[in-house]
Amino acid sequence: MHAAILLFPGTNRERDMARALEVAGAPAPVFVWHRETTLPAGLDLVILPGGFSYGDYLRSGAMAARSPILEAVRRFADQGGMVLGVCNGFQILTEAGLLPGALMRNRDLRFICRCVGLRVERTDTPFTTRYAAGAVLSVPVAHHDGNYTADDDTLARLEGEGRVAFRYCDAAGVVSDATNPNGSRGNIAGIVSENRRVLGMMPHPENLVEPALGGIDGRPLFESLLEALP
Amino acid sequence: MSAAPDTPARPQAEPPYTDGITPAVVAEHGLTPDEYRTVVAILGRAPNRVELGIFSVMWSEHCSYKSSKKWLKTLPTTAPWVIQGPGENAGVIDIGQGLAAVFKMESHNHPSYIEPYQGAATGVGGILRDVFTMGARPVANLNALRFGAPEDPRTRHLVSGVVAGIGGYGNCVGVPTVGGEVNFHPGFNGNILVNAMTVGVAPADRLFYSAAAGIGNPVVYVGSRTGRDGIHGATMASAEFSADSEEKRPTVQVGDPFTEKLLIEACLELMATDAIVAIQDMGAAGLTSSSFEMASKGGLGVELDLDRVPMRETHMTPYELMLSESQERMLMVLRPGAEDLARAVFEKWELEFAVIGTLTDTGRMVLRWHGAVVGDLPIDPLAQASPEYDRPWEPTPRPAPADQSGADAVAWPDALARLIGCPDGASKRWIWEQYDHLVRGNTLQRPGGDAAVVRLEDRPTHALALTTDCTPRYVEADPVMGAAQAVAEAWRNLTAVGATPLALTDNMNFGNPEKPAIMGQFVGACQGIKDACLALDFPVVSGNVSLYNETNGQAIPPTPAIGGVGLVEIARSQSLAFKAEGDVVFLLGAPDEAEGTWLDRSLFLREILGREEGPPPPVDLVMERRVGDLVRALIAAGEVSACHDLSDGGLLVGVAEMALAGGVGCALTLGDAKAATLFGEDQNRYVVTASPAKARLVEARARAAGLPARRIGVTAGTALVVNGVEGPTLEALRAAHEGWLPGYMAG
Repeated sequence: MHAAILLFPGTNRERDMARALEVAGAPAPVFVWHRETTLPAGLDLVILPGGFSYGDYLRSGAMAARSPILEAVRRFADQGGMVLGVCNGFQILTEAGLLPGALMRNRDLRFICRCVGLRVERTDTPFTTRYAAGAVLSVPVAHHDGNYTADDDTLARLEGEGRVAFRYCDAAGVVSDATNPNGSRGNIAGIVSENRRVLGMMPHPENLVEPALGGIDGRPLFESLLEALP
Repeated sequence: MSAAPDTPARPQAEPPYTDGITPAVVAEHGLTPDEYRTVVAILGRAPNRVELGIFSVMWSEHCSYKSSKKWLKTLPTTAPWVIQGPGENAGVIDIGQGLAAVFKMESHNHPSYIEPYQGAATGVGGILRDVFTMGARPVANLNALRFGAPEDPRTRHLVSGVVAGIGGYGNCVGVPTVGGEVNFHPGFNGNILVNAMTVGVAPADRLFYSAAAGIGNPVVYVGSRTGRDGIHGATMASAEFSADSEEKRPTVQVGDPFTEKLLIEACLELMATDAIVAIQDMGAAGLTSSSFEMASKGGLGVELDLDRVPMRETHMTPYELMLSESQERMLMVLRPGAEDLARAVFEKWELEFAVIGTLTDTGRMVLRWHGAVVGDLPIDPLAQASPEYDRPWEPTPRPAPADQSGADAVAWPDALARLIGCPDGASKRWIWEQYDHLVRGNTLQRPGGDAAVVRLEDRPTHALALTTDCTPRYVEADPVMGAAQAVAEAWRNLTAVGATPLALTDNMNFGNPEKPAIMGQFVGACQGIKDACLALDFPVVSGNVSLYNETNGQAIPPTPAIGGVGLVEIARSQSLAFKAEGDVVFLLGAPDEAEGTWLDRSLFLREILGREEGPPPPVDLVMERRVGDLVRALIAAGEVSACHDLSDGGLLVGVAEMALAGGVGCALTLGDAKAATLFGEDQNRYVVTASPAKARLVEARARAAGLPARRIGVTAGTALVVNGVEGPTLEALRAAHEGWLPGYMAG
């Protein structure tokens, strides 16, 4: 695996992401600055980590989506490259049009940092092969703008094409409004692109990869990547 | 009141005035007539407005510590592991393997009451800068918050705004907020306390200090532009509040955490080179205080061209530039020739960078505005010979014992449910779930335990243990004992996770020091802190004093908040959660005669009997240390499966917290089930559990230490049982514990 982690002004979970890759046994990633116009040659994974790019001052992810490096990411994705966007990274991917929909302010208008239940909806994406189908994970969220929304047609398409990767659920895997931490439509926590090679998700698998941190439910995601990109 | 010996003799005649300054203008600047005479004596002439403004902020209580200095000097500040004690931007201790922990706690009380979101946010921003200024990457934030009574009509708004402000800033800069404490009491109506603490980690051989050096070296301004916000903030923080405090809203600064994040990264990037000679953040009193401190510590002079300062607004004056408290700014002295390197780093991070002056050998600060001199002041008399007062003080009278009648008329299950669900006893989850406590991926123990535990990235076998503690109702009743208790409780909380307590930062929040009774509280608290620091080998390495916490003449309960830092080997740490059914429950450190005895000033007395009376529980510092050392040894040996110190609410509340954290109940067998036994707040006590196989090891180690280890029960079931009487189920306790704050905030 040859991964790059993008750095925008205000990115703050880049070290967490690098450590998760390391824990999963992946080679050390390279860091790419937002003003670059090209990605390093030979990459097979681009990661947009969490944070507050440009302070999230316009809309979360809006300004980062227009930074020079995103054009390179778009070309990379168009050519079938794999892209993972977590939290602010997911917000950037939707703002850049690489994934459909948008992430609005949480339903109760407050920042939320806690572990939530997450049901694995697809195990046939390169991000999730190491999970069991229907597996229920406990993974933290830490966001103010995680309320996923899309118009009815888009939502129907996402559901119809099986592009919802993760949904918020309870410990038994039941998806309901009571298990929805932020008001996301369909309890959607993560979606993939049409070719299943771009994943955006709000929860932070990179923060739950070691027993000392309280669990390892996030680790299979990185192991899946390693399996897909040996 | 008497001037310190090193203050120049003052003339008795009416002093001269110029530049439209009148005695009323002097008073508006918070200077007394005596202090104005000293200004004139120092300058040998009347000050102009710029100079008067500079004296005003430099000699404000907030910047000069003029009422508190005499007593702060008595605090113990040294230990073999202390690298830097009080006097720099933050304290520094050695944490092994070439690493240093850098930390400090600071108040932002007045701004947070006036404008809770920005007041709290900029409090976080300011304390972060104090830490990364020294070359440390911030790795954790904590906060100690005191709000008024829940019934006070402003409380809900203040809680909401302060919490959102702390989260809004800390979350964006990517520093986890991992712990703290929150109290509610009518004594804080009208004057809340917002104390923020930052802990950073730096290579011990690459620390940065504020003393300027090198005549001719460039003085550089970096960060945000300067606006008109926060002018006279330091002076505001040094006055009492009144009904017109709302009018002071424009003196509150506005925070920009995004710029702060860039500033952290840019400073740390430049600090990895050898470009920086000295660096100082622009905090209270902004450019004035930072430039004076740097020049004064270096024994040099400085010339500043104020027109070169990056400005946010047009038509700003030298007076405004010197007094603005715009946030996210730093002042640096660079090595000659390093300007281009430094400029490139700050431009990369899209921050302002301007060479605004040079160091001189004159010992004076000369301020220029488009070439014309607009201020010329001697640095040492101003920065170092500021007034120092030996204010009159009265010791706090020892309170009469409390009326405890009716204590045993309340059934313990009811009392427990009420205590664990009362504003001070209830879970603060609603608050800390608004803080990103996980970013950076090193949070091993999250908020809600005795101390937060944060892994060291560069020494991953070890972690920092962090806590903040103070029980204002104890300090109010007996400042000496109450402050010693605050230090002891911080030490105990660190011990309870297995850490070796190393040092503390103190945030002294008191009322008006010009009142002898208030000054007496301050003097008593310093005595108590000193006693406990010495007994526990737990020195003060940094701190902050916030006085004049009064509204309409009513002072807050005295609150010397203690921020404690310890070091723990991760493999030898412990948490409070019960781990399994069938573990033996031990009480360590209890007095010989009973499991608990002391109800005076307890949470029980206040919440159940409605009385705030009596002296606080005495702290036996020798016993404190012996018991703590035993607990740490038990944890290190892997002999205990859970550990929790006992504080508010005593034994039963402590056991309930352990049960709730672990989802396992407990059956206790005690001498009796009286209120004093169950809810007494006797000090230096811990509850630990051990598997049946290891229980004897616990007893053996305690016996060897000459301390009793009482078996008081067994973990079991899904409820709390005392002497065969079944109390509340965990479900009911959890509902009470977790329900109060969300319910209150939704109300």
